[in-house]
Amino acid sequence: MNIRSQVSMVFHLDKCIGCHTCSIACKNVWTDRKGAEYMWWNNVETKPGTGYPTKWEDQDKYKGGWETNGNGKLNIKSTGRAKIIPNIFHNPHMPSMDDYYEPWTYDYQNLFNAKEGADQPTAEPISLIDGQKIDVQAGPNWDDDLGGSPIYAENDPNLKGLTEQQRMQLSSVERLVFFYLPRICNHCLNPCCVASCPSGAIYKRGEDGIVLIDQQRCRAWRSCVAACPYKKTYFNWFTGKSEKCILCYPRLETGQAPACFHSCVGRIRYLGVLLYDADRLEEVAKLPDDQLVEGQRSLILNPHDPAVIAAAKKAGISDGVIDSAQKSPVYRFVMEWKIALPPHVEYRTLPMLFYVPPMSPVQASKSDDTIHHDTEDLFHDIDSARVPMKFLANLFGAGHEGQVRYALAKQKAVRWHRRAETVGDVSRELADRMLQEANCTREEAEAIYKLTALCTFEDRFVIPPMHREQAIEMMKEPHEHREEAGFGFVGGLRRGL
Amino acid sequence: MSKHFFDQFLFVALPYVCLFTFFLMTIYRYRMQSFSYSSLSSQLLENKHHFWSVVPFHYGILAITAGHFIAFLIPRSVLAWNSHPVRLYVLEVSALIFGLLTLVGLVGLIVRRFSNTKIRKVTTPTDWILFAMLLVQTASGVSVALLYPWGSSWFATSLSPYLWSIFMLSPDVTYIAAMPHLVKLHIVLAFLTIGFFPFTRLVHVLVIPNPYLWRKPQVVRWYGYRK
Ligand code: SF4
Ligand code: SF4
Repeated sequence: MNIRSQVSMVFHLDKCIGCHTCSIACKNVWTDRKGAEYMWWNNVETKPGTGYPTKWEDQDKYKGGWETNGNGKLNIKSTGRAKIIPNIFHNPHMPSMDDYYEPWTYDYQNLFNAKEGADQPTAEPISLIDGQKIDVQAGPNWDDDLGGSPIYAENDPNLKGLTEQQRMQLSSVERLVFFYLPRICNHCLNPCCVASCPSGAIYKRGEDGIVLIDQQRCRAWRSCVAACPYKKTYFNWFTGKSEKCILCYPRLETGQAPACFHSCVGRIRYLGVLLYDADRLEEVAKLPDDQLVEGQRSLILNPHDPAVIAAAKKAGISDGVIDSAQKSPVYRFVMEWKIALPPHVEYRTLPMLFYVPPMSPVQASKSDDTIHHDTEDLFHDIDSARVPMKFLANLFGAGHEGQVRYALAKQKAVRWHRRAETVGDVSRELADRMLQEANCTREEAEAIYKLTALCTFEDRFVIPPMHREQAIEMMKEPHEHREEAGFGFVGGLRRGL
Repeated sequence: MSKHFFDQFLFVALPYVCLFTFFLMTIYRYRMQSFSYSSLSSQLLENKHHFWSVVPFHYGILAITAGHFIAFLIPRSVLAWNSHPVRLYVLEVSALIFGLLTLVGLVGLIVRRFSNTKIRKVTTPTDWILFAMLLVQTASGVSVALLYPWGSSWFATSLSPYLWSIFMLSPDVTYIAAMPHLVKLHIVLAFLTIGFFPFTRLVHVLVIPNPYLWRKPQVVRWYGYRK
């Protein structure tokens, strides 16, 4: 066993209101600069929809992620070892800026400098890259809230395998439905970006699992951009280096939640440590699609188990980290309650950001200009929800409904339970039966309710002590270290060349 | 200025200055500004013409450079190979093809950079100077191949000894004194390009990935040491 700790995340989609505060917080802190204008390390997309970059989930086009071939090996779909050498000059699967959008501003000067004429001067959009006038055809959140639209929603790759009727149901006006999917880098356990980098510039931090790109060593081979199936590494067109979400590690190291987590209006975001067994990564990443969710769970170790604690200590994981692993809200959602699922686990990168799938309104039908709900249930049967189970399964279950059904049934049971507790128009027996069917107890339902609805900052973000300063103590005398380097250098400085 | 002095300047002094600059500045830049070692790809900004110019150019120039190196390093083997006319023709024709590939690719690159306003934004004056140098160099190389055939043989007999004399620190320009002007231009420009190398984006050839083929797929860095 090779125990490592990983700072992991849960996004509770049922709570996301699609306000984009998270995206703006990230943009303001990290990517509001030349070359990075088009990057949204955090973006929120409407589902069904095509997302950002457009149709990123269509791996026939983008070739992101891993694939297992007949000989039982994991291969990078885009450019693995053998393929990178002949393709290093031109990456065949690199998205172009048009797949994202061309960033622009407005020609405000024209408002002041325009010659006198019959018309009011206007501030026309101009490209932030070359300063030329542009006809804006796409932008961040261009398809925001456009669930049901023929150019966006109907082209969602997750609609694969849905029946004609289910598709109709998603887009006909009176049944139209959509939800939000906020996305950041998943800081995967088996990251394709890392594995594809010819320069070895991308790495996972041993202590906390954050995936970073070493800007000094990136040589612009662009492999990571093509390889990441979530399209969460971006190429900075100005510096000629790739960049990605850094999980606000400077904030984490000082005990603060990442900016997008901190600012989240819907309080949908949870962060905490998971302990996992790094020796079994490859074995799990090779499992058949329908076993991947369970397989990934099997990597995650119980931080309360004395054997795990002892092994973690032996592996050099500090008491503080073990302690926060025990308090981790992520562990509860993913492992105890099993209602948070990894996105597109079939890409086999073992993402460490988990989503609680959203409940959706009940199906309705329209006749004589009135809308009828098709079910009389207070909280409808999850199979008659407007978002077809198959759609959610394509997103969170590699196409298999079992895990998604489990997560939704449990959420539904919690609602019945709370309704029985607070309003009382639902009988206790009925609520208990619901709980039992969903493999849930009253205590568990209460805990889920609390962490979902009443959670404070401290409940949501259990940030481990990152021990960066103690890491130095282990290596050498802190005083000696202080004399050697101010900041910016991890090694000591020598005089001269 | 006597011709002799001129030759000494162009084929002895200049090569040493350029080689010195090359080694010194390449290392200096790597140590001081590792960040700037990048291929500075513009594929993100323009993805269609990219393939048709970048790929022929790189394959062409790699083959041509390799050819020059081989003739420089193992001239005798090249001569032995060429002793058979058919083999000589094969070598000459493939060299010409790769030369043309380079030229076509390079012209494509220049047109692409010039015509696309976005890519012009990420092109520096140094890039333009470099393009001009490479264009003249490639064009002169292809012209030499056309005008003075069997270059693979005369490179091995005359140029190779000259280059060796430079590297052995006993420069001898008599080998090339009688060369046509076009060939001399090609030699001078080659050394100038080498001298200019560390100040340009060309440095990316030095950071071509090699451990990638052997390293483990996943890279983990520990801040402290691991118990
Ligand atoms: S989401 Fe993409 S960029 Fe982030 S760790 Fe996974 S493969 Fe790498
Ligand atoms: S800030 Fe929170 S609620 Fe708002 S869009 Fe982002 S994730 Fe959703």
